[in-house]
Amino acid sequence: MLTICCPYCGPRGQSEFSYGGDASVARPSPEAGGDAWFAYVYARHNPKGPHQEFWQHSAGCRAWLKVTRDTRTHDIVAIAALAAK
Amino acid sequence: MTQPFRLPNGGDIDRARPIAFTFDGIRHQGYRGDTLASALLANGVHLVARSFKYHRPRGIYSAGTEEPNALVQVGEGARSEPNVRATTLELVDGLVARSQNRWPSLRLDAGALNDFASPLMPSGFYYKTFMGPAGPRWWLRYEHAIRRVAGMGVAADAADPDRYEHEHAHCDVLVIGAGAAGVAAAREAARDGARVIVCDEQPPRASFAEANIALLSRTTAFGVYDGLLVGALERLADHLDAPPANVPRHRLWKIRAGRIVLATGAHERGIAYAGNDRPGTMLAGAAQTYVERFGVRPGSRAVVLTNNDAAYESARALQSAGVAIAAIVDARPQPTVSVDAIRVLRSSGIVATHGRLRVSSVDVASLAGGGSERIECDLVCVSGGFNPAVHLFSQARGTLRYDEKLAAFVPDRSPLAISAVGAAAGELPSLNLEPVWSIRARTGKRFVDLQNDVTADDIALAAREGYTSVEHLKRYTTLGMGTDQGKTSNVVGLAILAEAIGTPIVNVGTTTFRPPYAPITLGAVAGSEQGAHLAPTRRSAMHAWHAKQGARFVTAGLWLRPHSYPRGNESEDDAANREARNVRTNVGVVDVSTLGKIELMGHDVATFLDRLYINTIGTLGVGRCRYGVMLRDDGLVLDDGTVSRLAPTHYLVTTTTVNAVKVMQNMEFLLQAVWPELDVYVTSVTEQWAAAAIAGPRSRDTVAALVDIDVSNAAFPFLAVTSCNVRASQGAIPARLFRMSYSGELAYEIHVAADRGSDMWEAVIAAGEPFGLMPYGTEAMGTLRIEKGHIVVGPEADGRTTADDLGLGKMVSAAKWCVGKPLLSRPALCERGRWQLVGLTALDGAAMPRAAKIVADPDHALPNPMLGHITSWCYSPNLSQWIALALLADGRARHGETLWAVSPLADARVRVQVGPPCFIDPEGARLRT
Repeated sequence: MLTICCPYCGPRGQSEFSYGGDASVARPSPEAGGDAWFAYVYARHNPKGPHQEFWQHSAGCRAWLKVTRDTRTHDIVAIAALAAK
Repeated sequence: MTQPFRLPNGGDIDRARPIAFTFDGIRHQGYRGDTLASALLANGVHLVARSFKYHRPRGIYSAGTEEPNALVQVGEGARSEPNVRATTLELVDGLVARSQNRWPSLRLDAGALNDFASPLMPSGFYYKTFMGPAGPRWWLRYEHAIRRVAGMGVAADAADPDRYEHEHAHCDVLVIGAGAAGVAAAREAARDGARVIVCDEQPPRASFAEANIALLSRTTAFGVYDGLLVGALERLADHLDAPPANVPRHRLWKIRAGRIVLATGAHERGIAYAGNDRPGTMLAGAAQTYVERFGVRPGSRAVVLTNNDAAYESARALQSAGVAIAAIVDARPQPTVSVDAIRVLRSSGIVATHGRLRVSSVDVASLAGGGSERIECDLVCVSGGFNPAVHLFSQARGTLRYDEKLAAFVPDRSPLAISAVGAAAGELPSLNLEPVWSIRARTGKRFVDLQNDVTADDIALAAREGYTSVEHLKRYTTLGMGTDQGKTSNVVGLAILAEAIGTPIVNVGTTTFRPPYAPITLGAVAGSEQGAHLAPTRRSAMHAWHAKQGARFVTAGLWLRPHSYPRGNESEDDAANREARNVRTNVGVVDVSTLGKIELMGHDVATFLDRLYINTIGTLGVGRCRYGVMLRDDGLVLDDGTVSRLAPTHYLVTTTTVNAVKVMQNMEFLLQAVWPELDVYVTSVTEQWAAAAIAGPRSRDTVAALVDIDVSNAAFPFLAVTSCNVRASQGAIPARLFRMSYSGELAYEIHVAADRGSDMWEAVIAAGEPFGLMPYGTEAMGTLRIEKGHIVVGPEADGRTTADDLGLGKMVSAAKWCVGKPLLSRPALCERGRWQLVGLTALDGAAMPRAAKIVADPDHALPNPMLGHITSWCYSPNLSQWIALALLADGRARHGETLWAVSPLADARVRVQVGPPCFIDPEGARLRT
């Protein structure tokens, strides 16, 4: 089980968090065409190494976090809150 | 009950506290402090088991967790537990243990015929015989019989009556093992101020004065997981004669450590010689443990077989306890230690053993060959060297290094903060070990893995057949795959493989170590999360009222909701039909507290909701509600519900019961990750508000009697919202009143603070009484919405349907962007033939088959082309016939057609007429009157 260090709450067990998908894909602007949205929704890399992903501290402060996790080791190498809200 | 093999003194046992126990129905006596194994040995019982495959008689081989042989069935009834290691089971008063895998008895086991047939059962026997070219059909036929013969213990067939729990802990340093090295490591860490946890699998054997050291005894660390999370199993009650009711049996610890120190020691290993499995054979260090820790003489006359110096110390300990040492058979040409008055045979080994149920003599010969000498004995002590217990180090992604001097794998490097000390690190007294792994013999089985009956010849055969990778060898021969995970056997097996393929053992490597290090109870893994505690049960504020009225409950997500309120002997279906009919003729009330409720505040809520819903929200005025649909990013329907504008910057959104969490998460994500610039704050208030929907032609009369405002059509029209007070006998209840409808009738919703929910509900019941009000449950609610053609997320919005498929295409605003819209124009979502929502009416007076598929011709040869399927169905008490909602290919173009609903499972075929999904008041006149 991962230990995720929430910037607001400190180190907590993975069971307090919900996975929110790949954070490395940039969300297209509303005006962007279908192709850009198709890539955003469906196209994913499967990197070996550091991978950016969204996690929500859903059983805690409910902040959405951007977590950089090494897919080879499950080490969390960086973590950041998205918005101070 | 004399314990003939108990030494007159010595050992960590309490001789003042004798304990009675039975093994295979025979009463024995032991002492507090004994394990089942030491107590059996004290009574001269060596034969304790039959082996897994060949049913050969087996004895006690070790004195700890590594035991391959002495697995027993312990306890009775629901507490009966299989495959318990007698060597770690602490003796308690009245313990009942039985041997396993034998019939009719341990001494006379019919399964032992397998042993004679063993030449026919080489490595991979099952694969070769039952799963070969003939395919898995043979295996399926024989598997049942094979599993019965090659069995172990029997699982209890009743629910486990014991209690288990989980506990989380954090520490700076976790020390695993409380031997000398572990204690020293813990003290050193504590001196630097670290918070230390020491877990040790044995009964308390150390004590710490330091306040920052916590000792968990009888606690086995079984796994290292991501983030240095260590799983450990603490046994709190198994060693108590009468455990108090408040003590759980086992506690599963989840310890997050800053740093781990392994002081897990080393396991002695065997040597593969002919007949090395006869009862009376044990590891030399184990024999010494039985003498020194338990005051037990494991035999009268011993032969010691060794390839290192350690066994000499064991021999001396046995000798001083009165065990005659017939000989030390040393495989080394030049033993480096000398002992007085003990015969030492150099460059020698055991080539055969004799005795039926216990060893009676061994044949000893020079390793160079030549004749053998028979030596009488009732105990054979073996030492093939030591394997540092590297399991947890390896689980923590640590690499292992082969140490030539020890002839064993020792911890090398781990990317994580884990280190080993003492014997676990390979720090052992000088052994002068010579790597002799097996001893050649003309006949006889030379066992490597005693638990899985894998011999040196099996490994050699597997190597000849090409299974030279250690992982393949393991799977092909089952080496090390028993409950002991090959603690005494794996390295011996690897060495024999290395010899067979002519490569150094370091090139062979080891198999991957995986949790659990030692078996753990499934009850402990489940912890308290069993039965009703598996998940929270959510009840509305009016639950007690529903229950008192005899409501039948159904689950909706985690919620319990009333299904119907049967009266007297009424069936549930009849009750639901009565309730649904009453809504259309008089008035009904349904508990809708479970609907997800989210409040939004801020200046940009309208902008946000316009981006979220397919329809326009920005034009919604204060005091008005609107139905809305939201999509996923891929364009398919996510959820539906209502939006109410309570004040200029204050909105309330409702969601479906099961999607409340998902919608909330989605809103939070969009606000935090995508549009942080929007001034919007969201709060889930589902639990804070109790809600009732009042529906039916007499609902206005009911509500007028209930609230303190004018609810006439002019003052409070369809889709209005306002605050008001509910008149209740307990005093006025501040409420939110909505005029919205799910049933298709004139209807209102009342929301009050949850703690006033039951007051409000009783007030509604009282106010509606003169107008024929009845409470209705989810079944009647479902019937009403099917009659009205309203979709539900799940059956109709099933994650594959677009808004257009559901007949809601016109809601998608062309004037604005919303989530999911960019992908709505994908060709596949727009092409002809998409399944669209329709209503079906069963013809010929038939009942609508459940979950049926829709076909044009029920007699068409299989596979019959499927035109769609039924999503929701019911008997409509208001139309007096069976109706359904369905998703049907090009459904909107098929209104008026007659098709067939068929259910091969139910053997049902019914003619159905296709029509629009709304069966009642399609113009919506009732809503607006």
